[in-house]
Amino acid sequence: MAEKVLMRGNNAMAEAAVRAGCRYYFGYPITPQNDVPEYLSGRMVEVGGTFIQAESEIASIYMVLGASAAGGRVMTSSSSPGISLKQEGMSFLAGHELPAVIANVVRGGPGLGNIAGSQSDYFQMTRGGGHGDYRMIVLAPGNVQEMADLTYLAFDLADKYRTQSIILADGMMGNTMEPVILPEMRALDSLPDKDYVVDGMRGKRKSRARLSLILEPKELEDHNWKLQRKYKQIQENEVRYEEYELDDAEMVIVAFGTAARVAKGAIRRARAEGLKVGMLRPITLWPFPSDVVRQLADRVKEFLVFELNAGQMIEDVKLSLEGSANVNFYGRPGGSIPTPRDLAKVIINRYSQKFRLI
Amino acid sequence: MKKVYTRPKYLKPVANHYCPGCGHSIVHRLVAEVFEEMDIGERAIGVAPAGCAVLAYNYFDVDFVEGAHGRGCAIATGLKRRIPDAVVFSYQGDGDLAAIGTAETIHAAARGENITIVFVNNGIYGMTGGQMAPTTILGMKATTAPFGRDAKREGYNLDITHLVAEIEGTAYAARGLITSPKEIRKSKKMIADAFQCQLDNRGLSIVELVSPCPTNWGMQPLASVKWIEETFTKHYTPGVLVERRPVSG
Repeated sequence: MAEKVLMRGNNAMAEAAVRAGCRYYFGYPITPQNDVPEYLSGRMVEVGGTFIQAESEIASIYMVLGASAAGGRVMTSSSSPGISLKQEGMSFLAGHELPAVIANVVRGGPGLGNIAGSQSDYFQMTRGGGHGDYRMIVLAPGNVQEMADLTYLAFDLADKYRTQSIILADGMMGNTMEPVILPEMRALDSLPDKDYVVDGMRGKRKSRARLSLILEPKELEDHNWKLQRKYKQIQENEVRYEEYELDDAEMVIVAFGTAARVAKGAIRRARAEGLKVGMLRPITLWPFPSDVVRQLADRVKEFLVFELNAGQMIEDVKLSLEGSANVNFYGRPGGSIPTPRDLAKVIINRYSQKFRLI
Repeated sequence: MKKVYTRPKYLKPVANHYCPGCGHSIVHRLVAEVFEEMDIGERAIGVAPAGCAVLAYNYFDVDFVEGAHGRGCAIATGLKRRIPDAVVFSYQGDGDLAAIGTAETIHAAARGENITIVFVNNGIYGMTGGQMAPTTILGMKATTAPFGRDAKREGYNLDITHLVAEIEGTAYAARGLITSPKEIRKSKKMIADAFQCQLDNRGLSIVELVSPCPTNWGMQPLASVKWIEETFTKHYTPGVLVERRPVSG
């Protein structure tokens, strides 16, 4: 059994990447994720990997594309404005069908915004972000342990589906220190074989190209439908979520990441007052746990979506519910993070109006 | 009877889409001949550009990754770092390399990446239809410089190979012509020397091939060649710009 170590979220994510077999990291400094490149600049040397501090976010995502095309387990990380710059390359990764793990330690936006934790990149990550019809697996850790565990998982999912896995954290999650049990170090020869990489013909096979230029519309349509079939498979197999105090709940909070952490504290306070409140925490933001939300509405008619933004995931909740329950929203954009006490007030207020307590 | 001229091993037996008088097909052939003569085609990986040579992988019979506009050197960096014994080259035009990809090019050189850049400079955006390039010389007309490039209006042309040559991480930088058999032979030697740099792990190597674009210059092929020799080369002088020995320690 591995021992518990005290680690910052960003560092736990970086170490988990190494343990998952990632030997190529390309990044660029931006707060609040600088711990990741700082940690990996030394760690990659120790494990014989490659670390490059690139000249830009754009260059770093294309270094990712090159190393992935050549078969490596590869990662980059950034924060909101940097992720915006990477979007072109992320679209190419999707079109070329190349795996990669990309961490977005979200900060307040829009523009330069601030460096506090926020969840305002939910749309950008769950809708693809770059040009073209594509999706990415989006994993939202709820604590430092999950920063490690979901990063470890992200590499396997990326390879399995030849897609990008996003770790959607935020400035708070990235910089929180907690005890964490790190995953086992993966032997590199245990990583999955890849039959699509470009590594030179070596006298053994015909030449091969990884590309996304498909000039013939019918062929590009076929390529798109192939991608969509893959995304459907991901939706069927990879939905992950946590249920918290839902058994007798009359009101469901839907929240992810740092917001879900605040919500747990708020729910404990509300429960202490006798309110039957629970939470659904999506762990995969894409694929979104739509079926779970819809089934909850069979017995719960009151939902409160809580996000550290002005209301983004609420659209997925509403799409899932199809009008079968009331949906309210409490959000804090711009890097503000309310305390559990603040949120408990909102919950109690809403619950009281609905269920005529007091 | 002795066969004296044939298709190089690493070019596919297909017709290309390049315009009459274009230099790309000559440059493709030179690179493919060098691969065969140096016996490196089996471990070659190319990065195709966005530009006229976007379909390079349809002509070269070696592994390829298609790049985004300007990102050739970043992709080549990722490939080379993952597979150090591969022979990695980025094939790029002037818009790709010297405008949108300036940062990637300059910094790959600064890192001394062991990659080779094959840079085709025709002073214009070819595939998009003749817009002004960073390499368009003063007085030269383009669809976005209809009165001819004027320094006050459109600014000056950029000699990026010269810039790259100044950087310590660049092991080899040269500029060749493909205007005559003699110049073509010299250019082929430059391409071979550039790949040899990579094999010797000496750092970044770049060969610029000054190339005609009769279609977008609005000239006949022979007039294009003459114009390169008489005018274009005043701004882009052929020759080896730098050859650095490896830095010891």
